[in-house]
Amino acid sequence: MSIATLFEIVLVAVMLGLGIWTITVRETYSAAVGFIAYGLLVALIWVRLDAVDVALTEAAIGGGLSGVLLLGAAARLRGAEPRAATAPGKATRAAAAAVSVLTAAALATAVLLLPDSVPTLAPTVVANAWATSLANPVTNVLMAFRAMDTMLEKVVLLLAIIGVWSLASDNAWGGRPGPRHQADPQGILVFLARLLPPIGIVIGIYIFWTGANHPGGAFQGGAILASMWLLAVMAGLTDMPPVSSRWLRFVLVAGPGLFLLVGIFGLWLGPGFLAYPRTLAKPLILGIEVAMVLTIAATLGLLLAGAPERSVRR
Amino acid sequence: MSTVTVFGLCAAAAVGFGLYGLITNPQLLRKIIAFNLLGSGVFLLFGVVGRRGEAAGIGNDPVPQAFVITGVVVAFSATALAIALLLRLFQADGSTTLGSGTPPSVRSDPPGG
Amino acid sequence: MSLARDIVTIAAVSAGAFFFLAGTVGLLRFPDTLTRLHALTKADNLGLGLVVLGLLPQAGSLRDGLKLVSIWLLGLLAGATVSQLIARTARRRETAR
Repeated sequence: MSIATLFEIVLVAVMLGLGIWTITVRETYSAAVGFIAYGLLVALIWVRLDAVDVALTEAAIGGGLSGVLLLGAAARLRGAEPRAATAPGKATRAAAAAVSVLTAAALATAVLLLPDSVPTLAPTVVANAWATSLANPVTNVLMAFRAMDTMLEKVVLLLAIIGVWSLASDNAWGGRPGPRHQADPQGILVFLARLLPPIGIVIGIYIFWTGANHPGGAFQGGAILASMWLLAVMAGLTDMPPVSSRWLRFVLVAGPGLFLLVGIFGLWLGPGFLAYPRTLAKPLILGIEVAMVLTIAATLGLLLAGAPERSVRR
Repeated sequence: MSTVTVFGLCAAAAVGFGLYGLITNPQLLRKIIAFNLLGSGVFLLFGVVGRRGEAAGIGNDPVPQAFVITGVVVAFSATALAIALLLRLFQADGSTTLGSGTPPSVRSDPPGG
Repeated sequence: MSLARDIVTIAAVSAGAFFFLAGTVGLLRFPDTLTRLHALTKADNLGLGLVVLGLLPQAGSLRDGLKLVSIWLLGLLAGATVSQLIARTARRRETAR
């Protein structure tokens, strides 16, 4: 057993211990904090699995943005008294434990019995990379070989934001999401919200741009841009726009819309839906990605802000 | 015990814990957290399969990686929608559990938002 | 030459890990929020700085080295801000009681 395997066993043990703690701790707020730490450890595991793009996405979205979402919800729900009668009895607990153990055992058996000859698409991806002249194979798969999945994912994001907006009460329909945040103008949060966003925006755009040839990409960059926007909103330096505003809705639709247009363009030229013409492949992909970054940043920020709560007087 | 086996067993365990937490915790926010734990375990299984598919100079098969990136974003949007629903339930009913107790009194939404 | 670099890396990263350990022990053993914050920020900033210092000889180019240093500076900024915010909230809660 090498040192690397020993390190991985320790990492897995810490991560699973943290997972168990997150499930069983009494306070909901502590569970949210535990989940954030868990997410960062999972990002470390992704680096050990040699999947750096996924590690970046997990750290940014799975650990960072999900954590903010859960912490905010846990803070708002703090006053709620849990109804003691709804705690599950011993029989339910035993049945749940049995189901969980069976599922985990089945998956573990599947892992241990994986066949020796491994089917893999990596050589195919590398062999076809000449078509887009992008060096990052994951970006190639996301934006060229499985571009349909990415486009449908943008539509899913749009559906999620429509779902969140539809939860507004009648009086707040079309209004601004979330409460108006106030912070001491001489205080440190405002200082951070003035200092960090310029740096964060540069880093976000850099991670998006370098995703063409190195680990990175539109999702990771968009998550960083969204978090800079949210920082400014939380410090009270700017307010969330009303959800009925036209330019906001245009930004949200721009990503999937441009993707769809390029797809129809490919259909019109002949080869098929989302077939990029050979000479235009890289500019088209980069153009779609620019629209995608803006849409992702806006959508993630709005998903975090929640349903509209303040009405807008016309 | 190779890397792949260690992380594969870890993913299976994470799925087990997430499933247990999802079923037994009465609080809805805890269920959402457990659901995310379950999701991370499934994604790690994808990563393990991809790691076994290292070839052609890349350490991890890029196709499962792309699926997982898509999956993480979709799971986040599902979590956001679930939390928006939970906050609305709390606003309308004052509870954070789906109890089968007395039916909630219908309170009208406060004016002005 | 690369042996000297590896020795520097191992020494600095081990020292950084020791400071992280000290910070965590402080977090677990100190009695209240303010002292725990003190232990965390002092130990973790120094620990992160030593880890970055240890990784600098392994960085391939000047640009990668500058990226590592910027990570440390951003970590310092975030840690300082968050510890100030937590400390102010803790102080406000104390005086309110």
